[in-house]
Amino acid sequence: MALNSKIPSGQLDSKWKTYKSTCKLVNPANKRSLEIIVVGTGLAGASAAATLGEMGYKVKAFCFQDSPRRAHSIAAQGGINAAKNYQNDGDSTYRLFYDTIKGGDYRAREGNVHRLAEVSANIIDQCVAQGVPFAREYGGLLSNRSFGGTQVQRTFYAAGQTGQQLLIGAYQGLERQVSLGNVEMHSRHEMLEIVMVDGKARGIIARNLVTGELERHFGHAVLLCTGGYGNVFYLSTNAMGSNVTAAWKAHKQGAFFGNPCYTQIHPTCIPVSGDHQSKLTLMSESLRNDGRIWVPKAKGDNRKATDIPEEERDYYLERRYPAFGNLVPRDVASRAAKERCDAGFGVGSSKMAVYLDFASAIERYGKVEAHKQGLHTTDKNTIMALGRDVVKEKYGNLFDMYAKITGENPYEIPMRIYPAVHYTMGGLWVDYELMTTVPNLYALGEANFSDHGANRLGASALMQGLADGYFVIPYTLGNNLANDISTKAIPTDHPAFVAAEKDVNDRINRLMNIKGTESVESFHKRLGKIMWDKCGMARNAKGLTEAIEEIKALRKEFWSNVRVPGDIKEFNPELDKAGRVADFLELGELMCIDALNRNESCGGHFREESQTEEGEAQRDDEHFMFVSAWEYKADSQFELHKEALDYEVVHPSARSYK
Amino acid sequence: MEHYNMNLTLKVWKQKNNKAKGAFETYKVSGISSEMSFLEMFDVLNEQLVAENKEPIAFDHDCREGICGMCSMYINGRAHGPWHQTTTCQLHMREYKDGDTIVVEPWRANSFPVIKDLVVDRSAFDRIVAAGGYISVNTGNAQDANCLPVDKQRADESFAAATCIGCGACVAACPNTSAMLFVSAKVSHLALLPQGEPERKSRAVNMIHQMDTEDFGSCTNIGACEAECPKGISLENIARLNREYLGAMFSGSKEA
Ligand SMILES: Cc1cc2nc3c(=O)[nH]c(=O)nc-3n(C[C@H](O)[C@H](O)[C@H](O)COP(=O)(O)OP(=O)(O)OC[C@H]3O[C@@H](n4cnc5c(N)ncnc54)[C@H](O)[C@@H]3O)c2cc1C
Ligand code: SF4
Ligand code: FES
Repeated sequence: MALNSKIPSGQLDSKWKTYKSTCKLVNPANKRSLEIIVVGTGLAGASAAATLGEMGYKVKAFCFQDSPRRAHSIAAQGGINAAKNYQNDGDSTYRLFYDTIKGGDYRAREGNVHRLAEVSANIIDQCVAQGVPFAREYGGLLSNRSFGGTQVQRTFYAAGQTGQQLLIGAYQGLERQVSLGNVEMHSRHEMLEIVMVDGKARGIIARNLVTGELERHFGHAVLLCTGGYGNVFYLSTNAMGSNVTAAWKAHKQGAFFGNPCYTQIHPTCIPVSGDHQSKLTLMSESLRNDGRIWVPKAKGDNRKATDIPEEERDYYLERRYPAFGNLVPRDVASRAAKERCDAGFGVGSSKMAVYLDFASAIERYGKVEAHKQGLHTTDKNTIMALGRDVVKEKYGNLFDMYAKITGENPYEIPMRIYPAVHYTMGGLWVDYELMTTVPNLYALGEANFSDHGANRLGASALMQGLADGYFVIPYTLGNNLANDISTKAIPTDHPAFVAAEKDVNDRINRLMNIKGTESVESFHKRLGKIMWDKCGMARNAKGLTEAIEEIKALRKEFWSNVRVPGDIKEFNPELDKAGRVADFLELGELMCIDALNRNESCGGHFREESQTEEGEAQRDDEHFMFVSAWEYKADSQFELHKEALDYEVVHPSARSYK
Repeated sequence: MEHYNMNLTLKVWKQKNNKAKGAFETYKVSGISSEMSFLEMFDVLNEQLVAENKEPIAFDHDCREGICGMCSMYINGRAHGPWHQTTTCQLHMREYKDGDTIVVEPWRANSFPVIKDLVVDRSAFDRIVAAGGYISVNTGNAQDANCLPVDKQRADESFAAATCIGCGACVAACPNTSAMLFVSAKVSHLALLPQGEPERKSRAVNMIHQMDTEDFGSCTNIGACEAECPKGISLENIARLNREYLGAMFSGSKEA
């Protein structure tokens, strides 16, 4: 099957405009008889469901939490990008497009990314109109801050809770459509299969997580907005329930998986404290504006951080990357931290951490503050106290979170941080219209692979999720469904629904009947360890080859020895988790296969075989300028399809931050 | 920070489903590290139960960062446990010492029926929001964001109200099981913004009406909600909601 990305022809900046003015439309009367299934109600899903409901489609939305307001998007901290140029610092649609393409290490599509930049400004307008309380200046206008990988201030934010505020905005819009009867919301439901009729996605099988009953739902089209799969690593900054199940079921029904190995490891997270650890907590990228990262110059230096004098500290990012210093992109900062810890310079009891130190920022702000207040003091304590107040206003909620988790006061002693799995750039392959390789099946938000190439810049996932849901799918869905207006709703006693439900039922029964001795949690941890050690921050052919075999063996063990307690027809979180871990055990193998195949380093994917003499990532445009789209053939058998990336406007060059 | 391990006794509410009668069960856990979170301690207990071929305890959780509002345990008589402005998932075991007994219950309120063990049904909150907790603006209707300056102080107050995570601790903490703090936070968030102005009256009236329909108790100004709210939502919001509601009733607005 040849991949067709359906990028419209024409100039880069006219592609989307032309598409919008020439795509097919569905008239209001016909929309009322078209049913749409939206799986997932995070930013991508809630915005899509609300908008499609407003347009008159009949929408059914699903999420596994008890309310759409709890999707993982709620946890996003730092902000959302938009090319508004409110700060008059030279921003433009083109610049946002360019930064995103470059940040992604030239592995994303120009056409998609330009569209994203074009609609970014509309997102902010829409959110403000909904009542999203973004941070403002004293003049009443919107405030911005800067994020890594850019030279302008284009990030809109609501303290350290931007995702929460954006999601609540979308959720309110969704609930409004629920009250109007345009959207039917199914919370505590998990989609477990796509129903295919005549080669098209026409519905889903979902499990009611409260009763355990399976349900059949018809839709003319199915939208997967089910988030990322970082939890394949067990430990990540994702919420506990984040999973790949929906995307994986789609993959097995014929949807190609794009760039599965592209994983973002975020440099500043609270380190692992012991085997009991269930998840990792992010400390926002915005902290790197003011925090300095260092380790002791001497190996195994066990003194307290505050007892180590200035000249015995190694500010290794400032040393290695003088031009960008602490603000190098995420992939670079993460690898540098790993390098220092592996070399024996790590700090804390585990020695797998580095310091993020605010002392000099506190002092700097303290001096400015003293000056502002007309205090002619040189008393260090007074200055530090003033400075702490400033830092508190900027990052208070993050510092509090750190203190609660670690029991340490980051105003007094430096934070300990270490990189952690954070985001997956890979996902279901989609064309320009966000349709997967399965007709009528779409993927939006983090669940698709589309716009971030091999490395996502900060504050751009929220932008993409909302772009997909509010501004892209309403057009592209109509363009396709215009051909479907005469398709009547398919009754759910159709053989395809019956067969799909039976498959799901059989699988659940199989899981329950293994009655082995090892818990689901234990298998998940073991998978996570393989993935982290061999398909994590640095990868090589030997490790990946081993990992593939280890995962296969682990999967076999899982299917013969997992213990799932409880019953099927009841609220049973262990069973929910078992199904998710079973899918991770298949995805993990594909990620390793993809990582093995891509023998170059790009963005978050670092192959040890492909580095410069100085240990920097080395891209190989000659051989790897393509999207890897994997087709599922059978267990452990995947066929690679390549979508060539044609750069018409930007000229890919080496990323240097020295 | 000095780390230590501890052995604990847990008395946890077990209830098979909504129809079954529940009761406390006693469990022992050992080797709990002071560095664990409260939910990680429950993970340890559940792993132990699975190993013993018993049924683990069902509890709600997702983000484990204090932001999704999913976790909901009533710990030793307090919603979300002893730490000020802290969700269950952010409570850490260094609060406890070796030999302690901890009693854990679900949120108790007629409007939040138990689904299983510590898991309750909070969908009433969604229905209250659906009754009016929004601004009616369709996608594509918006003007340029900076066409509408908002006084910074009001924007900040609106944000403070909007940080409510919808966890329901306020209801669980209230002897009357009133949902006024939750509803007032939503109403304040929108009423403080110029965008929320056109629907201000109908919003307050409709949301209060839905709250009453859901069988939440009435507010008698006890203040337990504010004391236990993990996000520090202020009682001032309730005062504002009362003003909004009375204002709407006097001006004769009943419904949207
Ligand atoms: C800690 C943290 C901080 C972040 N900060 C930022 C930031 O500052 N800026 C930024 O741009 N990005 C940030 N990100 C990334 C960003 O938050 C996510 O990429 C984005 O929110 C994903 O949105 P989504 O709508 O695609 O998916 P999600 O929000 O993950 O939603 C997934 C939805 O799918 C549902 N679902 C999943 N599977 C099923 C199934 N089988 N059946 C039914 N429903 C299902 C879930 O219930 C949920 O509703 C951050 C991420 C993390 C982890
Ligand atoms: S007001 Fe506070 S306690 Fe009540 S739901 Fe909101 S965050 Fe929870
Ligand atoms: S689990 Fe999300 S707030 Fe506690």
